[in-house]
Amino acid sequence: MSGSLRTPASDRRPKNYEMISVQNLTKRFGTKLAVNDISFQVGVGEVLGFLGPNGAGKSTTMRMITGYFEPTAGHVSIDGINMSDEPSRAKEKIGYLPENAPLYDDMTVLSFLKFAADLRGLSGSAKTTAVDKALETCFLKPVRNQSIDTLSKGYRHRTCLAQSIIHDPEILILDEPTDGLDPNQKAEVRNLIRRLGETRTIIFSTHILEEVEAACTRAIIIDKGKIVADGTPEELKTKAVDAGAIEVRIDAPSSAAAVEAELGKLASAKRVSSKNLGEEGGAFTGCVIPKGKEKAGKLASEIFELCMSKGFSLTELHQNPGRLDDVFRAITRTGE
Amino acid sequence: MEIAVRNIKAVTKRELVAYFTSPIAYVIIVIFLLVSTGFSFWVGDLWDFGDASLTWTFFFFLPWFFVVLAPAVGMRLWADEHRQGTIELMLTMPIHPWHAIVGKFLASSVVWAIALLLTWPIVWTVQYLGDPDMGPILSGYLGAFLFASSCVAISMAISAFTRSQITCLLISVAVCLGLTLLGYPQIVDQFMKMLPANVVDGIADLSLMSHFLDMTKGVLVFRDILYFLSVIVVSLLVTNIAIRAKRA
Repeated sequence: MSGSLRTPASDRRPKNYEMISVQNLTKRFGTKLAVNDISFQVGVGEVLGFLGPNGAGKSTTMRMITGYFEPTAGHVSIDGINMSDEPSRAKEKIGYLPENAPLYDDMTVLSFLKFAADLRGLSGSAKTTAVDKALETCFLKPVRNQSIDTLSKGYRHRTCLAQSIIHDPEILILDEPTDGLDPNQKAEVRNLIRRLGETRTIIFSTHILEEVEAACTRAIIIDKGKIVADGTPEELKTKAVDAGAIEVRIDAPSSAAAVEAELGKLASAKRVSSKNLGEEGGAFTGCVIPKGKEKAGKLASEIFELCMSKGFSLTELHQNPGRLDDVFRAITRTGE
Repeated sequence: MEIAVRNIKAVTKRELVAYFTSPIAYVIIVIFLLVSTGFSFWVGDLWDFGDASLTWTFFFFLPWFFVVLAPAVGMRLWADEHRQGTIELMLTMPIHPWHAIVGKFLASSVVWAIALLLTWPIVWTVQYLGDPDMGPILSGYLGAFLFASSCVAISMAISAFTRSQITCLLISVAVCLGLTLLGYPQIVDQFMKMLPANVVDGIADLSLMSHFLDMTKGVLVFRDILYFLSVIVVSLLVTNIAIRAKRA
């Protein structure tokens, strides 16, 4: 995606300045508790990934942050402005892409963006420039005069995204920005988020964990209306059960079972798990879990020495960094 | 205040463009022109009525068309926003919900202003036939506009509760019809047989019809205008409550 983007005022703020502050936010629909007393802060320039199973409360939280829903309890402040007290001033700072990218089907892309610019208080040449820039940034020029109801899903998404950046906001809230897009479009939107994130504070929700790894500086996992994990993607990954395990492939003249037995005898090895499915001759593929994550390095050298002494050939060895989807599943399954 | 005007203008403009880029406004206006002028010539007997006024030959029939056609203009205002999810976009913009409500209402009443202006040839006809008193005609037109605007406001309030346009249309027609019939002479007569006179007066006072008939007779009473304005204001307040309730 192209187009130059202005550096917003966030640069002038101290690094740890809280652009978004969520305090004890609670939302109740009838008897159902959708969001249960959550608090978090998002600093200048952070790109926060919002993860969680369907119905975890992600969209509800985002709707409260953007001022669409009134919280049952707690409050949201945007750049120090309380959303409940001064909604218009707070909303000015936010660009929002709601879930499923809702649009006025009876408008053209251009007239829709002009309307969004009007509501954002832009007029005259500022409006023209803003609309042009949004069209360009989101690659919408070819369809600018097309009626929205004739657009493909990818264009619809980008039209709604264009609306969210039209006033060059300091904060972007994107609810599943890549949902329903094809892999190319997903990559485009992900790149755009990364680029926009250089000068802005962004919260986006997703189901796709690679997206978090690719674009986020921080991730929050939310489940049943509660925050269950909060950290950088790297920090979260170390919480995976097999994070730090040494994955190996060893060719041995004897059988794979013999290799497995030898690996099990190593001083730093806690457990060996084989991934051999059937007969693969003498090749062992699997992982060795160390006794504690700090022992991983020692275990690797032990494996290496074992292979040297026994005449095995070590064709593959690497440490599993942990996978976010393992963490995600492990965390969001508990308490079922 | 300046910001409010700017936002209301933006919403009104969008809604008007939506009305006139889809067939809906044209269809409704054409149907309205056909039935309103058709009725006054054939049913109202405009040629032979022998009176150069429009009270019984033209204005008298209008409420029945408004009752059916005005909700067709108002039904999409919020139902569509709910159905398409655009209400979430609209209400996360830095505008007050009132700006959106007023903007939408104004757009739909402009549609009716246009429809009514297009019936003006009938005024030329009576001017050609005789020497009509323009007072009752002008106040009749104002009454007709307020009547249509009231029906639009009522249907807008109902559309804020539902995402289904057809549900909104049916309920709105029922409500507008009920409010009209309350003051229809035959219905008032029926009430007279059952209820004390002051109660009947009170009921008939709630009717869109009786206030409208006053105005078509050239009795431009402040009370009648106030009545229509309060129906509109109450409808807008209900719209606001419905929208708040959806977000709370």
